[in-house]
Amino acid sequence: MGRKFNNLLLEFARLHRFLMRVLREAVSPPYEFKEIVRQCYEIGWKSFPLIGLTGFIVGFVFTKQSRPSLEDFGATSWLPALISIAIVRALAPLVTALIASGKVGSQIGAELSSMNVTEQIDAMEVSGTNPFKFLVVSRIVATTIMIPILCFYIAGIGLFGGYLSIIGSDQLSLLSFFTQVFDKIGFVDIFAMTLRAVVFGFTIGFASCYVGYYSSKGTEGVGKAANSAVVASMFTVFIEELLIVQVLSLIS
Amino acid sequence: MAKVGNVINYEDCVIHVDNVSKSFGNLHVLRDVDLKLYNGENLVVLGRSGTGKSVLIKLISGLLKPDAGDITVLGQRVNDLTEKELMQLRLRIGFSFQNSALYDSMTVRENLEFPLVRNKRNLTRAEINREVEDVLDGVGLLQALNQMPSELSGGQKKRIGIARTLILRPDIMLYDEPTAGLDPITCLDINGLINEVQERYKTSSIIITHDLACAKMVGDRMVMLLDGKFERQGTFEEIFDTDDTRVKPFYDYNFIV
Repeated sequence: MGRKFNNLLLEFARLHRFLMRVLREAVSPPYEFKEIVRQCYEIGWKSFPLIGLTGFIVGFVFTKQSRPSLEDFGATSWLPALISIAIVRALAPLVTALIASGKVGSQIGAELSSMNVTEQIDAMEVSGTNPFKFLVVSRIVATTIMIPILCFYIAGIGLFGGYLSIIGSDQLSLLSFFTQVFDKIGFVDIFAMTLRAVVFGFTIGFASCYVGYYSSKGTEGVGKAANSAVVASMFTVFIEELLIVQVLSLIS
Repeated sequence: MAKVGNVINYEDCVIHVDNVSKSFGNLHVLRDVDLKLYNGENLVVLGRSGTGKSVLIKLISGLLKPDAGDITVLGQRVNDLTEKELMQLRLRIGFSFQNSALYDSMTVRENLEFPLVRNKRNLTRAEINREVEDVLDGVGLLQALNQMPSELSGGQKKRIGIARTLILRPDIMLYDEPTAGLDPITCLDINGLINEVQERYKTSSIIITHDLACAKMVGDRMVMLLDGKFERQGTFEEIFDTDDTRVKPFYDYNFIV
């Protein structure tokens, strides 16, 4: 029991050191702009199809499922407002984070862990490159930039999915749909969505890089790192979602 | 390529490992180890697997920190260096990894360019290309320029790994098990390449191995790591002229069995 507690404390200390190093190296030159752009492409651009499809399905299905409840009250005209609030306030950042945890988190965890196992990180270090800045900081910066962009994308596609679901049963122009949508969401909602996405993006990058960079040696370590990256990212995202919701409801 | 008479300057010690100890938990890997590498020398470190040979060169290159003792490389005390100073020193040390450690997401060309582009930022594209092609030609693999590491054989990967370290023109080369996992013919090729590197680039080298043919072919001097200490050193004949049961099986396995 004592040893487990000690190990837990040591893990927290290591996490704290890792976080401080990320923050320190992210703001100190030289900056790895080229690698950050490359990672934005790998992490963000290549995720657009998956994120887009998921966003469309979420918007379409959510609208379809919500219709019967609103129909009972004769309030189907509220569907655009309901969808906009649900997608912008909750679904878009959360769904983006969960999909990215699975796709990007496992990719980063496995990649760094495999580089660790095959001594590529050591090779980088002995050839005069700071591997922490090149591999870790660039990936965390890229996820922090790209997850909010993906979040806006998923929100747009999700709303469009919702619109297509509505016009399956009702007459509604795209213009009046989006007019109703933007009537219901304000600056605070957009700000909250962006804040969530930034926090989730940093978290996914941080958790995945941490488990990948400190993975155990051997091929088993690569599998474990990929798995742990997804679990750690998703778990932390849910905890953060809970905290952010509490803070935002206190503020509003 | 067979070893030719290289000039060793015994006045100029390029690496001095002084009373160094290193443990991992309760496992004492190195105990008060002393070692000197002289300018122009090829020093072979022999020893069984898991005796701390690779740990020794990782300590020298600053990848690991010693628990006790001092390590001086090219006149600089590694223990005292800041991260930035250590990075500068590392540019003068070439490290050839046991499994080559090529960046598997990059082509051979990109692997070779990587240290060059990052450390010599004033080079033009034409100069970079010339350097890459020159060093790749030196290891006889110019045709592999645009291949991915996964398309190369074990021996080719070793050569590319060595080429990548040579591109920064290091003063010291550290080879970690250069012939491990290779067939005898490729081993001979790699041993020849180590001698060629020493002659062409005037490097001083530490070669970690338990392949005695490699040791005999490339080494000017040898040391043997036994129970965390260098208990035997000298020429190949001096090392193995013993009845020590920790040493004899080494020779017997390589040359008799």
